Amino acid sequence: MSHLRRPAPKELQPTSFAFTPENQEKAKKIIAKYPEGRQQSAVMPLLDLAQRQTEGNWVPTVAMDYIADMLEMPAIRVYEVATFYTMYNLAPVGKNFIQVCTTTPCWLRGSADVVDTCKKELGIGVGETTEDGQFTMIEVECLGACVNAPMMQINDDYYEDLTAESTKAILDALKKGEKPKTGPQSGRKGCEPIDGPKVLKAFCGCGAAPQDADASEGDA
Amino acid sequence: MPKLTVDGIEVEVEAGATVLQACEEAGKEIPRFCYHERLSIAGNCRMCLVEMERAPKPVASCAMPAADGMVIKTDSDLVKKARNGVMEFLLINHPLDCPICDQGGECDLQDQAMAYGFDSSRYAEKKRAVKDKELGPIVKTIMTRCIHCTRCVRFSEEVAGVGTMGAVYRGEDTEVGPYIEASINSELSGNLVDLCPVGALTSKPYAFTARPWELKKTDSVDVMDAVGSNIRIDARTGEVLRVLPRTNEDINEEWISDKTRYAIDGLKRQRLDRPYVRKDGKLQPASWDEAFAAIKAKVAGLDGKKIAALAGDTVDCESMTALKDLMGKLGSANLDCRQDGSKIGGPRASYIFNSTIAGIDEADACLIVGANVRAEAPIINSRLRKRWRSTAGDFKVGIIGEKWDPTYKNDYLGAGPDTLQEILDGKNDFAKVLKAAEKPMIIVGMGALNREDGDAVLAATRAIAEKYGMVAGEWNGFNVLHTAASRVGGLDLGFVPGEGGLATNDILDGAAKGDIEVVYLLGADEVDMSKLEKAFVIYQGAMGDAGAQAADVILPGAAYTEKNGTYVNTEGRAQQGWRAIFPVGDAREDWAIVRALSGALDLTLPYNNIDAVRERMVELSPTFASLNVPTKAEWTDFGKAGDMKSDGFTSPVRNFYMTDPISRASVTMAKCTEAFVKDAAAEKVA
Repeated sequence: MSHLRRPAPKELQPTSFAFTPENQEKAKKIIAKYPEGRQQSAVMPLLDLAQRQTEGNWVPTVAMDYIADMLEMPAIRVYEVATFYTMYNLAPVGKNFIQVCTTTPCWLRGSADVVDTCKKELGIGVGETTEDGQFTMIEVECLGACVNAPMMQINDDYYEDLTAESTKAILDALKKGEKPKTGPQSGRKGCEPIDGPKVLKAFCGCGAAPQDADASEGDA
Repeated sequence: MPKLTVDGIEVEVEAGATVLQACEEAGKEIPRFCYHERLSIAGNCRMCLVEMERAPKPVASCAMPAADGMVIKTDSDLVKKARNGVMEFLLINHPLDCPICDQGGECDLQDQAMAYGFDSSRYAEKKRAVKDKELGPIVKTIMTRCIHCTRCVRFSEEVAGVGTMGAVYRGEDTEVGPYIEASINSELSGNLVDLCPVGALTSKPYAFTARPWELKKTDSVDVMDAVGSNIRIDARTGEVLRVLPRTNEDINEEWISDKTRYAIDGLKRQRLDRPYVRKDGKLQPASWDEAFAAIKAKVAGLDGKKIAALAGDTVDCESMTALKDLMGKLGSANLDCRQDGSKIGGPRASYIFNSTIAGIDEADACLIVGANVRAEAPIINSRLRKRWRSTAGDFKVGIIGEKWDPTYKNDYLGAGPDTLQEILDGKNDFAKVLKAAEKPMIIVGMGALNREDGDAVLAATRAIAEKYGMVAGEWNGFNVLHTAASRVGGLDLGFVPGEGGLATNDILDGAAKGDIEVVYLLGADEVDMSKLEKAFVIYQGAMGDAGAQAADVILPGAAYTEKNGTYVNTEGRAQQGWRAIFPVGDAREDWAIVRALSGALDLTLPYNNIDAVRERMVELSPTFASLNVPTKAEWTDFGKAGDMKSDGFTSPVRNFYMTDPISRASVTMAKCTEAFVKDAAAEKVA
């Protein structure tokens, strides 16, 4: 189990937490979505809000306590939720949080190359963070983009149809502070067939030859 | 009322019952780990699988509502196979350490593995190991043994009201316990040990002490508070090893407080095991005859007005009866069982918990005056919490007195009599709540009645009860919460000043002045001993506490585990406990000591065995004629209306873990005090 799934050591835990005024507003709106007496249901979006607000993209224990107070529930109930769902980080991660999918479809399509490239380019192992705090890489289970396998998620974005080269290109861009193009790196559009659309071409006007060529190039 | 068939037996169960309950109704035993009748249903252990006709798969009977026309099979091949499978999964990660596990012999998993387990494991992979949790001085954890039934999680959330326990992480990494290290700060935490179906949570003070089959089990009644929890005392070779709850739906259900359970190690320390007589200013060991002779030398010929007796908080009714009769023969009316000087003792309805503890389940509003119920009677507090939960928060509780955390929602109204007056005048918002309630109740604690203006406070609370319809028809919601196990018994027996007699504070003042020359302390340790320096003090009791230090003659008595005794709880319910072991050393049962002393003083009391004493008790009060049922008390006038001082009420219990000589001598209670009571040093004085 990754260390991100265990509470960060005491010295990393901040001593206080409060939502920024903006997030306070957002929290209010989130809570208002739930019927009277069911405010505790807001615990998941609020944890997400707290994670986004916290430097290092994680949920400190004080933040969970803060949310527990806010929703008038025992802190342990918040801890249970935060420790159950893997998208809440219990310890700080790098600015670019890389989650490489290594479940069967991605693995069959070469996710091992993606992991190796990350290791080589960043000089870190799985579950580790670079010294400059820019990158953390972990392996995750299926992220639901099998049709574009192999793929990885960096923060909120999906990068799909990856190869060793495209992975390196993405990492290089991120290192320079640029934002690489998200989605399929092969050039195909969304999750259409790898060699171009097959049906309803006449209606969508997307059956043109050039795109077919693009797609097959990326497939190499 | 659904009707269903279980193994060919037709049963009818209440609407809302589960299939498991229906099976039990039909006399079928269903194995289970997570299901517990007093907790919410989790349905996660899957051990209670049964076959249901027209269902494609076995169903978890604990979570399946019973419905009309269901046909259930509990002993088919399918059921057996399904349960075998569940058991095999449970045992995958369960260590095979029964020989060193304290649960051994009373372990649900062990027992059920006999019925549903295999003789060997097919699992060759690595077992998981879980780090143990530190839960404080009472609960020991070996978390690798945990099967994730979550009974402890549900208990601490639902009954104890402290959200400490949870199931954190997920899947094979699931761990039960607190996320960050935290002790279970509850007076009921010992019940976790009983609840745990395996050996994951065991008793720390009892660790590696005995096996259940070695123990002699004796039914008894707890004396650590006035609730009268039903207990079972487990002893081996003349030593009390543990106390467990006995189920009594009307009192403690199946819980007991930590003090009830763990203060018993105090009975092994500071015991009075032989008589002592003070010679040359020093207490010297003596024989019974010498001790009686010393008393006779002092008492013989002394005017009864110069003799007084005080009964302590944990004494049985038999010994109070004997002492009351002896005092009568000595011609003294100076006797009191109210060490704290509380102003109670009028008509019976004025000093008992009239609604009964089970009556809380019907109440719809509660005003608590001068009582920290959580510290004074945790079992009653959990009952209030249960009521609050079962009404989804509609059970309104108002608190007057100190601020304390009851574990349920409450309105803190104020600190003292001023607020009480406001309620009486209808000026407080809570008055509306009481007015709207159909069955409101009031709980008056000793903190409100042990003051000088106790009579006036009692009158005010009575007026509130009258004004807000707390006494109407069958319902009597006027409740006094006592802190001492002997108090109601003493009041019923009339262990109070007779005509012209002095009450506790006057006795103490009299002794300080020299008017009272002999003071007989029957297990009384909570009075100001400095006032007794001039008097000749006879101390009879089991523990070498404050009273024994001040004594001139010590008569070693039996502790509550060492005698047959009758106790009347705060509801006015008389209950009997049985002797689990014999008294230590030369100590004797207390009523017999008083009887023997009466012989030595040539004032022989007319009873030679405990049955004769009990007959005398019935003469003194009808309470003792009907055991185990609270008798209804007639609602009459009581209290003296008067001015109340404005200072706030303070609960007499400053530290829940140390309230009497036994718990003060207990090592476990000392550890709990250290762990849970914030300024332990300051509170030790209590």
